[in-house]
Amino acid sequence: MNKQKINLVKVAIWLLALTPLARLVWLGFNDDLGANPVEFVERSTGLWALVILLVTLSLTPVRLITRQVWVIQLRRLTGLFMFFYACLHITTYVWLDFGFVWADIVKDIAKHPRILVGFGAFLLAIPLAATSNSYMIKRLKTNWKKLHQVVYLLAILAVVHFLWLVKKDVTEPLYYAAALALLFGIRLYYQYKSSKKSQLA
Amino acid sequence: MIITSKTATNPSNIKPSEITPRTLFEDRRALMKTASIGLVAGAAGIWSTQSKAAQIAGGATEGAGRLVGRANAPAVAVKATAKPSSVYIPRQKITGYTKTAYGADEKLTKYQDITTYNNYYEFGTGKADPAIEAVLFKPRPWTISIEGEVKKAKTISIEDLMKIAPLEERIYRHRCVEAWSMVIPWIGLPLSNLVKWAEPTGNAKFIEFISANDPATMPGVRSPILDWPYTEGLRLDEAMNPLALLAVGLYGEVLPNQNGAPVRLVTPWKYGFKGAKAIVKIRFVEKMPLTTWVKSGPNEYGFYANVNPNVDHPRWTQSSEKPIGAGLFAGRIKTKMFNGYADQVGQMYAGLDLKKNF
Repeated sequence: MNKQKINLVKVAIWLLALTPLARLVWLGFNDDLGANPVEFVERSTGLWALVILLVTLSLTPVRLITRQVWVIQLRRLTGLFMFFYACLHITTYVWLDFGFVWADIVKDIAKHPRILVGFGAFLLAIPLAATSNSYMIKRLKTNWKKLHQVVYLLAILAVVHFLWLVKKDVTEPLYYAAALALLFGIRLYYQYKSSKKSQLA
Repeated sequence: MIITSKTATNPSNIKPSEITPRTLFEDRRALMKTASIGLVAGAAGIWSTQSKAAQIAGGATEGAGRLVGRANAPAVAVKATAKPSSVYIPRQKITGYTKTAYGADEKLTKYQDITTYNNYYEFGTGKADPAIEAVLFKPRPWTISIEGEVKKAKTISIEDLMKIAPLEERIYRHRCVEAWSMVIPWIGLPLSNLVKWAEPTGNAKFIEFISANDPATMPGVRSPILDWPYTEGLRLDEAMNPLALLAVGLYGEVLPNQNGAPVRLVTPWKYGFKGAKAIVKIRFVEKMPLTTWVKSGPNEYGFYANVNPNVDHPRWTQSSEKPIGAGLFAGRIKTKMFNGYADQVGQMYAGLDLKKNF
């Protein structure tokens, strides 16, 4: 995989990742967001943040399984798109849902574990996005890796946030929980394998 | 009370084949074959079907029908041979009801929103599911069994029920436990008339409402998301409150399937889930019935379920609500005690700790 090809993949990711937003804008302009447009946008942006998060977390397992090392170069881009949709999600919540009534927002976050967990996930994403540039990677050295392991906690919080949203039917969030568990499982398996190898050596 | 439609000639004796014109009925059969198309749509489930259902079910104008396309596969999977089909459900006007002063100054929620944004888990847990999935449901012929502590324990037809009292139009605010709200012009008869008609015995303290539970036409009941059949209940004095309504229509028309046809309960001072839909049994009992949502989560849903901005749902706030149809930038409005019906219902709960009895 040469640099040119990787750039092509990145362009494809840009186009794909912006499609959900383009769709929302399109539906919005056509007054086609359904009976509860705020909920529609809130759910859609939240769900896409989660989907892109899972895509980001799947790059390492893909690398381990396929031995295609270059895929790791896509991680910053997908991670930032996750953050982008998370920002849209929280903007929808603060603006469209709660109309910037901060007193109500603070009360909502403090009183309801579901919101608190989601808000926590968002807070954790901020330092990750802020240290995603090459300068910070170089500066933080080994600490950078440690810091970015926070993404695992973030992912668990995001899935729990989704699970606690539904009134009764947890089928859909459970799919995401299962996907996350699978991605964790693959990582652990390879870690176990490599630790065995190093023991032998 | 007369139901007018092109197909039903004798309103008191409507056969199912008359409600659905033959060609359209056959069309329904054809749609079963589109199962695989539905599966494709299902796989793309991440693209919420909400707006799709709005397009499908709401495109009709007055007096026309609703063209309902299938976005989801029926459980009976038949190999795909036919082209994507559509189902036509005729909209039937109700005549002979009287308008009332209830909610005369309220701004109505659009018909399209009321009929495409529904919580009706018997037809799926998505808001858009009922409008799509309820097309196979047959609300006529229909009987309701009146049973328990009453002198007149008997089974009556929906037509008999509609003759118990004159039909009225009442515009009520509707507040869902999920913190959204609508304003709906219901047509129905006061529940108190049915209670009086049934002549409860001295032992009757509560009324239990039991909904239809037909796996063949209600795909949602095939999965145990809730403990079917859907069961709701009221205290006898709540049932006698003049606000409690048995609705058989909305917007001047026969109740659409997705809104609880042929008859549903409407108690506007309570959260929407109290309104049992497609009622098949009305049982007068001595003890407080164990209702479906209480069974499913006793810490989240109570028997009373009175709208109360001061008692939050454990996972979200109840102090404000999103009015449906107000648009993307409308924000929330404050929720009122008893959904604004405190003057009419407040006295029934004097002395009751509403924090405990939520």
